[in-house]
Amino acid sequence: MEINRRKFLILTTSIAAMTSSGEPSATSSPGAYDVHAHWWGMTIDIDKCIGCGNCVRACAVENSVPEGFYRTWIERYEVPPGEDATPVVASPDGGIHGFPPMQGADAKRFFVPKLCNQCAMSPCVQVCPVGATFVSPDGVVLVDEKYCLGCRYCVQACPYGCRYIHPVKKTVDKCTLCYHRITQGLTTACCEACPTGARQLADLKNPSDPVHEFLRNNKIQVLKPQMATRSKTFYRALDGAVR
Amino acid sequence: MGPTGVEGFMYPNEVELQWSILIVLYPFITGLVAGAFILASLERVFNVSAVKPTYRLALLTALAFLLVAPLPLQLHLGHPERSYEMYLTPHTSSAMAMFGFVYLWYLMVVLLLEIWLDYRVEIVEFSQTARAPWRWVYRILTLGSRNISPRARRIDERVGYVITVIGIPSAFLLHGYVGFIFGSVKANAWWSTPLMPVVFLFSAMVSGIAAVMLIYMAASKVRKVAIDMRCLDTICQYLFYVFVIDFSLEMLDLIHRVYEADESFRSLDFMVHTRLWASQVVLQILVGTVTPLVLLGANQVFKFREGARKAMYAAAGCLTMVGIFAMRWNVVIGGQLFSKSYLGYTSYKLQFATREGLGASIVLMLLPFAILWALLKLLPPWLEEKEPAGI
Amino acid sequence: MSSRLKDAAHLIPLVLVVLAGVAVFLLFRQVLVPKTFGQYGHYRAAALDDIRVRPVSFAGQATCAMCHDEVATTRSKGKHRGVSCEACHGPLAKHADDPAAMKPKKLAGTGLCQGCHKADKAKPAYFPQVVPAEHSGGAECLSCHQPHSPQMQ
Repeated sequence: MEINRRKFLILTTSIAAMTSSGEPSATSSPGAYDVHAHWWGMTIDIDKCIGCGNCVRACAVENSVPEGFYRTWIERYEVPPGEDATPVVASPDGGIHGFPPMQGADAKRFFVPKLCNQCAMSPCVQVCPVGATFVSPDGVVLVDEKYCLGCRYCVQACPYGCRYIHPVKKTVDKCTLCYHRITQGLTTACCEACPTGARQLADLKNPSDPVHEFLRNNKIQVLKPQMATRSKTFYRALDGAVR
Repeated sequence: MGPTGVEGFMYPNEVELQWSILIVLYPFITGLVAGAFILASLERVFNVSAVKPTYRLALLTALAFLLVAPLPLQLHLGHPERSYEMYLTPHTSSAMAMFGFVYLWYLMVVLLLEIWLDYRVEIVEFSQTARAPWRWVYRILTLGSRNISPRARRIDERVGYVITVIGIPSAFLLHGYVGFIFGSVKANAWWSTPLMPVVFLFSAMVSGIAAVMLIYMAASKVRKVAIDMRCLDTICQYLFYVFVIDFSLEMLDLIHRVYEADESFRSLDFMVHTRLWASQVVLQILVGTVTPLVLLGANQVFKFREGARKAMYAAAGCLTMVGIFAMRWNVVIGGQLFSKSYLGYTSYKLQFATREGLGASIVLMLLPFAILWALLKLLPPWLEEKEPAGI
Repeated sequence: MSSRLKDAAHLIPLVLVVLAGVAVFLLFRQVLVPKTFGQYGHYRAAALDDIRVRPVSFAGQATCAMCHDEVATTRSKGKHRGVSCEACHGPLAKHADDPAAMKPKKLAGTGLCQGCHKADKAKPAYFPQVVPAEHSGGAECLSCHQPHSPQMQ
């Protein structure tokens, strides 16, 4: 078997992971990865996002996301002064080409990257009639595209607008948190491509993951907390205007 | 500028509507089934003898529409060939997963059984008297027994009664559950209300009763027989009562939303005043609810001549159908026109010649009438009038 | 008693039809439900493996540094230390798999820099951003800055 250098690196990291966690995983192929040893999520620091669109582009390439649909996207908020002002929000093509620069200091402005919140009590999984979408043992909300009926109930149930119907496959599609990458020791494509580190993949089961420090040292919020979905995408410096 | 038809901000994946006019048809059609069945059970369980002329017609109407009910869903699926998975691995936490089972229970255990028991005498007779190809059909339908002795009939009568008693909660379940599919979506403020199943149920009864009434009037006209006015008056009386409850519930929902004025209110209020104005306020409430209520209500107070009554009932029935259809439309389509960010609105582009277009919907709406016509030929409900088959 | 049974006999085929239906349903269920369904929860466990074998496009920072250690060292000492190679150079897993098969494209320079550093009031204030015309009078960024360590000495 030919082992090229990237696969070699992946192999060595997963062996390291295996030896550190002790036991080999229950699903032995492909690669050794213990589905029960992780609990994945993400952290997003609004103060670091510059709206460059790198994450949206990287995601589209990595996951062959069909044009006009978004597994991740960026919203630009503009909150005019006033105690009851309605924010002006834009996300041209999901921010895949970045945003045209804005002038003037008359409003509060910031970018909000969005993606599947990997909810632990996910309303989309709850409503799937057949078990085609599910929370994996390591906490990622995934879609079984060989089993999905394309009934779209989950699209209706997601409070965050993270799901869409793949125009060719006719099944539902969404962010997998780059499950094919994170299970082999890589970070997600969006995190890899983010130039400012605004996004960080987080393994909440790993005691040495910086996520714990991040959650402890910052004021953290999730999107739409009233939905009580136990979202695992944690935002730092999230403004109250964000929906 | 953003995509066409969009005003304000939609999440980028939200622009396209997920549930089309086919999903409007689904609750509309199942509502007719449940309503028609409940009308039929009035005679059987609650001994309202005045509505007897419509008993069998109501059962056959329910069956005709029930057979079509899953088709719009099937046509809407991305992978219809996988729909059997609903039976194999139903997800118990999903409202939708139970549809297959509720449907089968209702079709097989309630409707088919009740119709079979009720028609058994005729089926056995026809299996001996009908001409060649049809005789075989009836012979299969007898399931091999020609026993129509008075005792056998009494057993049928008793079993049929039990089935109707089971059938009423089943009809409630079938349609209340359709309401739950929408009412339980917490992400959608337009849908998420515990009143949804109850509103769906009562509007189902309204539409089902109105439909059977209209079919009865039309069938009488076609067959050139006199309409039993006592029957028609009674049906319209019930229609009026149920409609009053239905309208009160819908108004309760509205008042509650206006009074609570939660985070979604501004957005939904704007939507009702703009994109839903014609279909909600004009069609559903004014034309489809208030007008028929006035027509039906007037008949409870004043005594009109027979011709006027017929005309008023027919008009009320037709407007009711329009109103209930508009209600389904406003729930299903309206629930998708606003952004879950409450910052924008999209629009629904109804096409004609697509899989989920208007053309398919019209065919699906005509199909139950074709099935009903065939059922009326196969199992004529009018025989009773000539020679009562009862016990 | 027996005559009553006889009068109810016509219901027996009915019961048989229902029972046969249930039996067929259970049989289909036995055969058609995927094998790994229910292993972890109410879903097909094998779907996890289906998703895991999808190909990657971004090789990852560690892989790049295995060969390009000199640039990696320069980068790690400069202001761009947090920017991964593929953030600018694009997805290069194919190049990492076989360096000869796919060569990274030459980058655009100024346009690429402006993707991040063009002044925008929506960007956080701490982030270094310039109005290009004022900042350099239209000169190429690379004429002064070295991208792997952009701070001017």
